[in-house]
Amino acid sequence: MAREMTGAEIVIKALVDQGVDVIFGYPGGAVLPIYDVLFKQNKLRHVLVRHEQGAVHAAEGYARSTGKPGCVLVTSGPGATNAVTGLTDALMDSIPIVCLTGQVATHLIGNDAFQEADVVGITRPCTKHNYLVKDVNRLAKVMHEAFFVATNGRPGPVVVDIPKDVQFAAGKYAGPDNSGHKTYRPQKKGDQQAIRKAVDIISKAKRPVLYTGGGVINSGPVASKLLREFVKITGIPITSTLMGLGAYPASGKQWLGMLGMHGTYEANNAMHDCDVMINIGARFDDRITGRIDAFSPGSTKIHVDIDASSINKNIMVDLPIIGDCAFVLEEMIRIWKARSIPPDKKARAKWYNQIDEWRARDCLKFKSDKNVIMPQYAVQRLYELTKGKDTYISTEVGQHQMWAAQYYHFEEPNRWMTSGGLGTMGYGLPAAVGIQMAHPKSLVIDIAGEASVLMNMQELSTAIQYRLPIKVFILNNQYMGMVRQWQELLHGGRYSESYTEALPDFVKLAEAYGGVGIRAEKPDELDDAIKEMISVDKPVLFDCVVDRTANCFPMIPSGAAHNEMLLGDEGVKDGVSEEGKILV
Amino acid sequence: MQQSQDIETHTISVLVDNEPGVLARVIGLFSGRGYNIDSLTVSETEHQKHQSRITVVTTGTPVVIEQIKNQLERLVPVHRVMDLTVMGQPLERELALIKVAGKGEKRVEALRLADAFRAQVIDATVEHFVFEITGRSKKVEQFVVLMEPLGLVEVARTGVASIMRGKNST
Repeated sequence: MAREMTGAEIVIKALVDQGVDVIFGYPGGAVLPIYDVLFKQNKLRHVLVRHEQGAVHAAEGYARSTGKPGCVLVTSGPGATNAVTGLTDALMDSIPIVCLTGQVATHLIGNDAFQEADVVGITRPCTKHNYLVKDVNRLAKVMHEAFFVATNGRPGPVVVDIPKDVQFAAGKYAGPDNSGHKTYRPQKKGDQQAIRKAVDIISKAKRPVLYTGGGVINSGPVASKLLREFVKITGIPITSTLMGLGAYPASGKQWLGMLGMHGTYEANNAMHDCDVMINIGARFDDRITGRIDAFSPGSTKIHVDIDASSINKNIMVDLPIIGDCAFVLEEMIRIWKARSIPPDKKARAKWYNQIDEWRARDCLKFKSDKNVIMPQYAVQRLYELTKGKDTYISTEVGQHQMWAAQYYHFEEPNRWMTSGGLGTMGYGLPAAVGIQMAHPKSLVIDIAGEASVLMNMQELSTAIQYRLPIKVFILNNQYMGMVRQWQELLHGGRYSESYTEALPDFVKLAEAYGGVGIRAEKPDELDDAIKEMISVDKPVLFDCVVDRTANCFPMIPSGAAHNEMLLGDEGVKDGVSEEGKILV
Repeated sequence: MQQSQDIETHTISVLVDNEPGVLARVIGLFSGRGYNIDSLTVSETEHQKHQSRITVVTTGTPVVIEQIKNQLERLVPVHRVMDLTVMGQPLERELALIKVAGKGEKRVEALRLADAFRAQVIDATVEHFVFEITGRSKKVEQFVVLMEPLGLVEVARTGVASIMRGKNST
């Protein structure tokens, strides 16, 4: 029933009715009425971040590890503009976020008032949708709609901009209703005929490969379960994008490892040589495809995606299926079982032989060193010492991120949080804060680089305040490693501004914040140091001093095809074409 | 799969909720993703439902045109996206106001051509005319070109409004 409340009360009531239990935010003049209501209630926990970008990343970490939408509350002007990077990150990685921004009073909008910014204008291209609410009686409806839009179809961030006078005004509140949206009705069920055709094509395939992505994770745990069943009954080898790791267990026999620019030799070659490619919930991103005109030239491509605009955007496919991958997988399994056509055993055995040959190249092997910690080794040890535990991993962006993807193996979905699309340095630490809020008893580790982590280091203070024992595992090579690697490969080893002088002493820095600092400099002290890190019940900065010039391999250089991978430092010299150089 | 690389011109009609910022969403999408807008018209067409019709004439390869439609479809306030060029041969009309100044023979010629093109004189002095012309964009274009040597001063065009033939709604 509708009853009168202030706008600020409506906001909090709507959040509670939407099942929100944590909100990440930072107060300021234009949201004071909402903070006042927050103060007077105890259903909703507020986490005070140290920078608004951190608030959005924390909400992303919360969302990705729980499957629920993440919630953010920031003030007008700089509060909102600071959130823009996080919003863009969430848009690129399809993470459901509802971000509330305060706005100057309606009569001041457009006057260049203090802390005024055109928030709906600024965030229009970096949100799935946004609202400016000028009438308090529309506020409840908009709040509920924001959650609907953020979580339905392809998920994404939604901004609700609320002028201060609307927060004070009295208006009617109505709870959420399930009537859906008048214009936004994403297609969830795939076309039956297309699904039947897909099963038909797959059953006749001689060299099929499944290429799955973040869509499987976003669809929810059911989709991962169905994917596992589909892989099992069809016997098809499977690879995944960075975003999709964990949907299929890394210990599974049919697992090829991650694909793409730093994917495995076997995954990329399987993509190149397959005769049928089944893309489920991935978007043929440029990190995946390499050179477009040489991408998997001989294959019939099936593409399952909830967003029609992903179809034929980069790669032309033969059979698109628009729908939620859980629905589509369920149907494919049902039809496959009903038909019970055995695959061509001879062809399949030949395909797996070929795959085993590629696997035998052991593309992830690296030179170990007795005196220097190799970064790959560090991630390997971290994995070995934490794998039995209830662990969540976030990362920053760069070499360490790729090493984490290659050497840390994920068995379950929602355990891996990384900035894939936007590639936001500074993502991992605040994301870990959000993850730990959602899973207070779990082991949450941010695998970081020393350059990235400094971008949002201030959030360590948040972790201390809320007693969140996050572990920041810094692979410290004193370089922006990926920048350095590209400068080596593309710019004749001229390491322009990629070396960080005057890095802080991370052990002392941790202590200054009130956390624990641990340093490991030699391979033989690594295991004990990691064990110590795990046992500490406080935020930890782990300064893992690693080899300074290690490069991340395998690598498909820009502008090259899947079967033109670099497997190590040899052969790097003529690795990049002139066309490739202009690509990022 | 291979697709044609030929550049095509399509008229796309988008039915949207007439809420603040909806036009910015549509044009922001075109500029942000590098699509072309050859012509754009927008007006509230159903006042009771607060719905507007945006008519966009755009060019691109078939793949790009498909992308444009899919991207428009996923904007939240969009009800429907109709590619009129694909649906059949739509009726397309544009209105232009054309100011021509001149004396003597040129002035007579301008008037004669206006008559041939069924353009109306809606404002005149002894030194100028303002013509109103309606028709397909090509016809408007042609008329403007003819007016150039006859003292063309300036032109205002509405952009294309388009609707399907026949008794049914799109």
